[in-house]
Amino acid sequence: MSNLFRRDPRAQWIARNRLHPLHVPEGQLVQRGPTGLLRKNVHAIGFIGPNGLKRIDRSGAAGSFKQLNRQSAQGSKSAAQEEIVLPLHKVANPDFYILVVVDGVSGRLSSHDRDILGLAHKLATQPATIENDAAFDKGTGGNEARTGAGVDAGVGVDPGERTGAVVAVFFDTITEEKLDTAGIDRLVNFEGNEYQQYNPEKRCADLYKLVNQINPKHILFPDSIHGGADLGRRLAAKLNTTVASNVWKVNGNQIVCRGSAGKTDITRPITNIMLALEECNEPVSDTRHECKVLEQPLIPLPKQASDQTLEQAITNTYEQKITDLGNESVNPNDINLAEAGFILSGGNGITDWDQFHHAAAILGATEGASRVAVDDGFMPRERQVGATGTWVTAKVYIAVGISGAIQHMQGIAQCEKVIAINTDDSCDMVKRADLSAIGDSSAILAALLDLVHEQKSALKGNQKRDQKNNNATSDTSGLTPYRATAKNAPEAQHA
Amino acid sequence: MHKQTVEDNVNITVLVSVGEHPLSKRPRRAEQDARALEIGLNVPDTNLQVMHAGAANNVQTNTVLKDYLGMGLPEIKLLNIPHENDSLTALINTFDKNIPDILLTGIRAETGESSGMTPYVLSEKLGMALVPSITEILCINKTAGYAELLQALPRGQRRKISVKLPFVATVDMAAQAPRQSAFGAAMRGKITVIDTIAAHTDSAGSASISPDLTNCETLQAEWKITPAQPRPKRLKIIKAKTAADRFKAATAKAQGGAGKVIYNNQEAADAIFKILKDEKVL
Repeated sequence: MSNLFRRDPRAQWIARNRLHPLHVPEGQLVQRGPTGLLRKNVHAIGFIGPNGLKRIDRSGAAGSFKQLNRQSAQGSKSAAQEEIVLPLHKVANPDFYILVVVDGVSGRLSSHDRDILGLAHKLATQPATIENDAAFDKGTGGNEARTGAGVDAGVGVDPGERTGAVVAVFFDTITEEKLDTAGIDRLVNFEGNEYQQYNPEKRCADLYKLVNQINPKHILFPDSIHGGADLGRRLAAKLNTTVASNVWKVNGNQIVCRGSAGKTDITRPITNIMLALEECNEPVSDTRHECKVLEQPLIPLPKQASDQTLEQAITNTYEQKITDLGNESVNPNDINLAEAGFILSGGNGITDWDQFHHAAAILGATEGASRVAVDDGFMPRERQVGATGTWVTAKVYIAVGISGAIQHMQGIAQCEKVIAINTDDSCDMVKRADLSAIGDSSAILAALLDLVHEQKSALKGNQKRDQKNNNATSDTSGLTPYRATAKNAPEAQHA
Repeated sequence: MHKQTVEDNVNITVLVSVGEHPLSKRPRRAEQDARALEIGLNVPDTNLQVMHAGAANNVQTNTVLKDYLGMGLPEIKLLNIPHENDSLTALINTFDKNIPDILLTGIRAETGESSGMTPYVLSEKLGMALVPSITEILCINKTAGYAELLQALPRGQRRKISVKLPFVATVDMAAQAPRQSAFGAAMRGKITVIDTIAAHTDSAGSASISPDLTNCETLQAEWKITPAQPRPKRLKIIKAKTAADRFKAATAKAQGGAGKVIYNNQEAADAIFKILKDEKVL
């Protein structure tokens, strides 16, 4: 057989004739030109650009394969399989440590935590320009032995090449999946039943011990209401030093923090303990980190008198003065609308307001309203959600009979999950919502309440059965209710 | 003050500071301190003391202290401190002799550095427990030596806490709003100035109490204080290696995955119930 290309006029005619029974649609067939060259079908590739013009990506990048019909099948598969593996950042022998105490709300890293870890990574890797010994020494407080250890580690190393490791401290169990991309070189996890409750004194004592053992260069806390702000100040008081709070920018050895309750910016030298605000730094995004469990250095043998103070500090016990009695149940309508976590909002589409209030009470939701409902006198003015009322930040927002005026949509912009109950499936609220129920609102609410009732009665039945079992097997049944509330407390807190 | 009274009266001291209005910059009652005072006034049968550490014979301080007096106080004690920085040492010296059962403060000052360290240093130096951001004192049992408090949590939640006496507590903005200040009461109340220079010489160890803190305040001369600038908004950083990727990132439509739409009432209720379960709001 020769390699000479021969035209097949009949096949070409079939390819041109879309009505021919043997015709195969364009693009699925290898197209050859009259001279036998393979032809790209430009009508089948590419995508429509922003101004309506057709664009073809000819860069040859992974994504550009997808648009080429010829390779579509195998190309898209490889693109999906290909997962970008970030380079691993390793610190074998760190010269110093940067300690980060994350909030770790329900075991996960918040975006605030990630920002702080990013800042810590920056502090650990930035080339040391001038060692600010003043701030460093200040942090050692009443413990001279720690400075000694720090100097030993730095001997023989050029100050320009010192690299640090970021040590993250977690309390309680970790449930975060993406720990390695957060920028954690070493990990310290305090686990145990006692950490499931509110025990700032215990946590502070643990941190104090750890700080004495690893002698970190900086200690960073998120300046948040989830505990970081409190814990940082407690530790600072114990170390006999001060904090820089509301830090929002770190420039080499200078930091900028908000003073006078947010009215001034204070530019000051960097300090040992910093409470940093959200978005103080970009989170780590280019590297993976080891997340090695920090093997804590052994307590050095007492050689000098000063070492005794170290040992004393490490074995230092604390007195627990605060006892957590669990969370109080709060009337959802007493919660400020701006900080409520679950809002049931009613608008013009509601016909049965009694049922709406009943549903809010049963679901345990804070009540909100659209402007129309407020103007018509069904709800008080302070319940109005939207740009002209309250800007809400709820995790779950249920809009019943609200079609979604632009002011209302602005007010709920920060809500995570929006559920719309409406009769009109083309309204703006349905476009925004994660889940839309189209139909009569009172019927849907009634069905929802039935489900909640069913669940509650099922739970009650279970509890009764459990109690019976407990009574039969052990005498400690009296303890179980209290324990249960204590365990549920952290979850309820962040709900 | 340490003698056990028959009436079992609880000694409460409220530390008040001079606040500053965020816009007009006029001196005013500090919002959190006024709330702390409101909590103190609402506890029945107590020896309530109100204390301010600052410069005496200052017009601004006096007008603000009158505002506090107008809440119905007979007296405010003013620890006369010539320099702003010595207030902690002076307070520690004063409380060393007679520790109150409960010390209430705001969380942060409205002027100066407002690092919020004062209650923490006081609790550490005086060996008192510290409870941050409380909203209410539920009960005080002096004979058993404990008190029950309500603490403010995010999302409007509250936690009940039992704490041993004596303790320091900072008061959250979620606490009850302070009562209005009455002019007549403000005129009747008096400001008692206590000189702290005498207190300094009394206790020999005053200098050794916090050498680091005094050291820190000499460093404050290096600080540059400017009016707060608006913080830059965080931009979405696109780390594209090729021009094509950058082009894609710039032209790509937002992935606004349209939500699910359900037309059947029962199915809709099921789906909503499932979401509420998943988000743990039920």
